[in-house]
Amino acid sequence: MGFLRGFRHGVHPPEHKELTAERAIRRMPFPDELVLPLSQHAGRPARPIVRPGDRVERGDKIAEADGWVSSPVHASAAGTVLDIVPQPHPSGAWLPAIRIQVAAHSAQAPRPRLIPDWHDLDANGLVEAVRQGGVVGLGGAAFPTHVKLKPPEGRRVESLILNGCECEPYLTTDHRTMAEYPERVHLGLRIMMKCLGATRALIGVENNKPDALAALQRTRPDDLDVDIVGLTVKYPQGAEKMLIRALLGHEVPEGGLPLDVGVVVQNVASIATIAEVFETGLPLVERIVTVTGPGVRKPANLIVPVGTRVRALLDACGGLTDDAAEVVLGGPMMGNALAELDAPVTKGTTGVVVLTEADVRARDVHPCIRCGRCLDACPVFLNPQLLGSLAKRGRLEEMDAHHLGVCMVCGCCSYVCPSNIPLSQMFGAAKRDLRRLAARAAP
Amino acid sequence: MSTDARLLVTAAPHVRSADSTPRIMWTVVATLVPLLAAGAWWFGPGALLVVAAAVVGAVVPEHLFGRRGALGDGSAAITGLLLGLTLPPGFPLWMACLGGAFAIVAGKLVFGGLGQNVFNPALVGRAFLQAAFPVAITTWPAPAADWSAFRGDLLALPLTSPAADTVTAATPLGLMKFEHTGTALLDLAIGRTGGCIGETSALLILACGVLLALKRYLDWRIPAAVFASTALLSGVLHAVDARYPGPLFMLFSGGLVLGAVYMATDMVTSPVTRRGAWIFGAGIGALVVVIRVWGGLAEGVMYAILLMNALVPFINRATQPRVFGQRPREATS
Repeated sequence: MGFLRGFRHGVHPPEHKELTAERAIRRMPFPDELVLPLSQHAGRPARPIVRPGDRVERGDKIAEADGWVSSPVHASAAGTVLDIVPQPHPSGAWLPAIRIQVAAHSAQAPRPRLIPDWHDLDANGLVEAVRQGGVVGLGGAAFPTHVKLKPPEGRRVESLILNGCECEPYLTTDHRTMAEYPERVHLGLRIMMKCLGATRALIGVENNKPDALAALQRTRPDDLDVDIVGLTVKYPQGAEKMLIRALLGHEVPEGGLPLDVGVVVQNVASIATIAEVFETGLPLVERIVTVTGPGVRKPANLIVPVGTRVRALLDACGGLTDDAAEVVLGGPMMGNALAELDAPVTKGTTGVVVLTEADVRARDVHPCIRCGRCLDACPVFLNPQLLGSLAKRGRLEEMDAHHLGVCMVCGCCSYVCPSNIPLSQMFGAAKRDLRRLAARAAP
Repeated sequence: MSTDARLLVTAAPHVRSADSTPRIMWTVVATLVPLLAAGAWWFGPGALLVVAAAVVGAVVPEHLFGRRGALGDGSAAITGLLLGLTLPPGFPLWMACLGGAFAIVAGKLVFGGLGQNVFNPALVGRAFLQAAFPVAITTWPAPAADWSAFRGDLLALPLTSPAADTVTAATPLGLMKFEHTGTALLDLAIGRTGGCIGETSALLILACGVLLALKRYLDWRIPAAVFASTALLSGVLHAVDARYPGPLFMLFSGGLVLGAVYMATDMVTSPVTRRGAWIFGAGIGALVVVIRVWGGLAEGVMYAILLMNALVPFINRATQPRVFGQRPREATS
């Protein structure tokens, strides 16, 4: 193996992917109850179009997108709407959600073909079908996919990049998707390239997934211009900017979007979902979730109905071990710790990682010794040491002047800090404060 | 645990690297042990007493006036050890103890404790001792016939000066500066010369430095830059006028190796940027040559490092990394 493409800086946390990397994707049984938050995506929350007592079939739309940057929500199982009230949300807040009592003994057969065949559609028709299918980015940020598929007038997309890095420790959903459904990845790619008018595509996969790389190579269609590229194993290789840098050598300008360098990036799980939606005719009602970590008895990669409570999901995996301490939604580098297991799996939930007491033992915070490790780790070349000392003194404007806006809150600085200073947490909070100030300043 | 038990909620990232500040500090302490042993080997057990006195002097005020539990981070112990290693083997114990206290109080605590100080505390302590006790700190006892005998005036009573009748031996730098006599390179490398307790065995210090650099507990760029710029400058001077000492002598004599490996690399008082580390080290090397060649002192490492410490904030500012996606034109603003 020769020189591998990658990016500068970054960190190498232990991967722990062996817990689930070899486990084939299984379908979990339907839970008794579903909790479908109206806000499962970036953008405005959806508006409910059902009432308590309504009967719904699997795949029925139950909430309508509110505007362009929003996404509809569909019933992920047949049943009866119980109520629409605030429920625990993966973000930690309580947010309005539609609760559905799942029909017992139902075959859970969907209505025939809610989404049209993709062969019959032009680019606009495809985008609309993706929108109606409620497809959002499944990599975590849950950005509505149809928005990405329709770049603003006059902007050309030269390359479509598929993100198969899955650089977060523990998670294996993208890995298993590529290894088990490589044809779906290629079909999704074809549909997406048609929407965007892109002529070439690249799939970036961290080199620790040789079986996924091999499966994609084996099934590559001859008529598609697709490069399948193994990348260095380093966190955060899967961050959009790092991935574009590694594959094409372009730097997305500060404050800009991938589109500014003629690129659209989509995660492989999302693209497989696009293909699946067109194949089955069923909107996005389920997703693949890795349930893993030393605190869970039977780690697994499961197909989970969206809206399944984390408690039910963990029970389906043998429950928690005696020393389980923290349940993280998403990967351990950027994921949210859950306060309540009643929160549901949403469209953006990549995994549930259960850590034990030994993993999360509280560590003493020491003064900054200016060792500079955070500067060596920061993938966007910020000075977290300086930003941290500014954050401590509440100097928001100065942090902004020192390019805080570029920070992705990837957690590399906190990961390496020998004094255990919660740098990325402070930066996330400062970014929120700055956004709030900007919103207040705007009329 | 049942799924109803209370869950822990912490902020991301939920995994951390294993290194911690105390682990870094105590590892540095551990690598100083061989230097102590070498000091005892060449100068007798009295040398250990001098170092111990400096450590006691450093640790007590840190415990009394520092953060709660500050001793646990190991930084005060390092300050005391490093100060002790830069003292002559026959240095009066009460002075060593006073120097340690001054190092911690004036070098660190008044700035706000660990991480806040501008100057290397051990060198602040040594600068104080140099100013207060110029005779004692330049009195280099000759190797004694009996290994276990105390050299110099170790046990001088507090507030008294050492007796004048100590048998002394000059250091290689002193010989070079004031008597224009060289010292064999092998003696310099293994430490068979007069000098401070911990500075004489260059090879041993380098070995410990390599170990720390491999663990990434010190930035190798700083000593590399110090050595390179010292060698380059003294090489040029030696080529112009052979009366000036050559680069190898410059590198291996006095406290240069100890200073470059253990003092200049103090994380708190050196630049955070990697480009800054090169500038900082090169500046130290240049100042060392200037002071040794033209200054009134035989030794220049201490002042060279302290002067460059003062410039660290400016070096940091001047070497800010270019942010990802920032256009080069804006980078200069």
